[in-house]
Amino acid sequence: MSLALDKPRSPKRPAARRSNGELYSWLFMRLSGLLLVVLVLGHLFIMNILDGGVHKINFAFVAGRWSSPFWQFWDLAMLWLAQLHGGNGVRTVINDYARKDSTRFWLKMLLYVSMVLIISLGTFVIFTFDPNISN
Amino acid sequence: MTATAETTAGSRGSQPPVPDGAVTVTVKIRRFNPEIDDEPRWDSFDIPALPSDRVLNLLHHIKWYVDGTLTFRRSCAHGICGSDAMRINGVNRLACKVLLKDLLLKGDKQTTITIEPIKGLPVNKDLLVDMEPFFEAFRAVKPYLVTYGNEPTRERIQSVADRERFDDTTKCILCACCTTSCPVYWTEGSYFGPAAIVNAHRFIFDSRDEGAEERLDILNDIDGVWRCRTTFNCTDACPRGIQVTKAIQEVKRALLFKRV
Repeated sequence: MSLALDKPRSPKRPAARRSNGELYSWLFMRLSGLLLVVLVLGHLFIMNILDGGVHKINFAFVAGRWSSPFWQFWDLAMLWLAQLHGGNGVRTVINDYARKDSTRFWLKMLLYVSMVLIISLGTFVIFTFDPNISN
Repeated sequence: MTATAETTAGSRGSQPPVPDGAVTVTVKIRRFNPEIDDEPRWDSFDIPALPSDRVLNLLHHIKWYVDGTLTFRRSCAHGICGSDAMRINGVNRLACKVLLKDLLLKGDKQTTITIEPIKGLPVNKDLLVDMEPFFEAFRAVKPYLVTYGNEPTRERIQSVADRERFDDTTKCILCACCTTSCPVYWTEGSYFGPAAIVNAHRFIFDSRDEGAEERLDILNDIDGVWRCRTTFNCTDACPRGIQVTKAIQEVKRALLFKRV
């Protein structure tokens, strides 16, 4: 098999960068992972360890937390980052292990639909939460 | 059928005398003859061998004196040509570089050595695999000097420091130990694989080469460096001791910061 030098004397051309999608997805995993360490560990610490742990959690506790935009933003960021980070991870697993193109396609569809569903449901609850429907 | 009649004899006749200090080891080989077998099968051979023997000697003994139909590649038999990559006791090694004394069990227990063809490439026969998908990925990264403009009138000078940057990746002998040890390559053959990235690295970081951007573009693809999960199987498998995973990470960094 010969190594054909393609057009050795052609002028240097700016190479057409096809797509940086995989690069950005790789970078997103690193950055979101760092953020999630803070968000998730903080969340676990507040919900399960401080002030009597899980026993303190009830409707009033959640309502109290979500009355502050800070905790609303915290939970929203955690929801989105965890979904996108986990979804992207499962996407790479599907890409690696699915053997047939059709399997790969349908598994990814299932994944994307579940991601959209959970993100929109969670976002909807965080933004429309009404602390007055206590009963 | 002549094929079955041959299985009882080696290609060089009767067995030679057993040398002093020889131990008997069981060599278990995953074999496949496309003319006879539907599925790969395991064959076991009890072979007298010296602790100073290499695994390749065991295979020679089987082929020459026990079963001449055993098929495998080897050329130089000294770890330079990269022909005899195989899966020995579950890890990819060159059969000519693994000494029996490193595989022998302690005490009087009989040692069993399993030998399989490297994974992820189609098996032609026994330990012989079709290397074409591997070489196809190698060729795709343009593993040759790419320059533009007029040729210089004197040699292309390079500093010692510039040469040092890609020194590690010049050692590759294209044995496919790394690529066929990669779990991503096993399930999805479209991944370029560590060996192709190593050979791209060798030119990307060469100050005399001008094709870095083209190669980085190729490796930025969905089947490029981003499929690497840093499992380090390739680094462990490399018979030349190349830091393969590190080379892949350096290509990722070059892509990330758009700087070679």
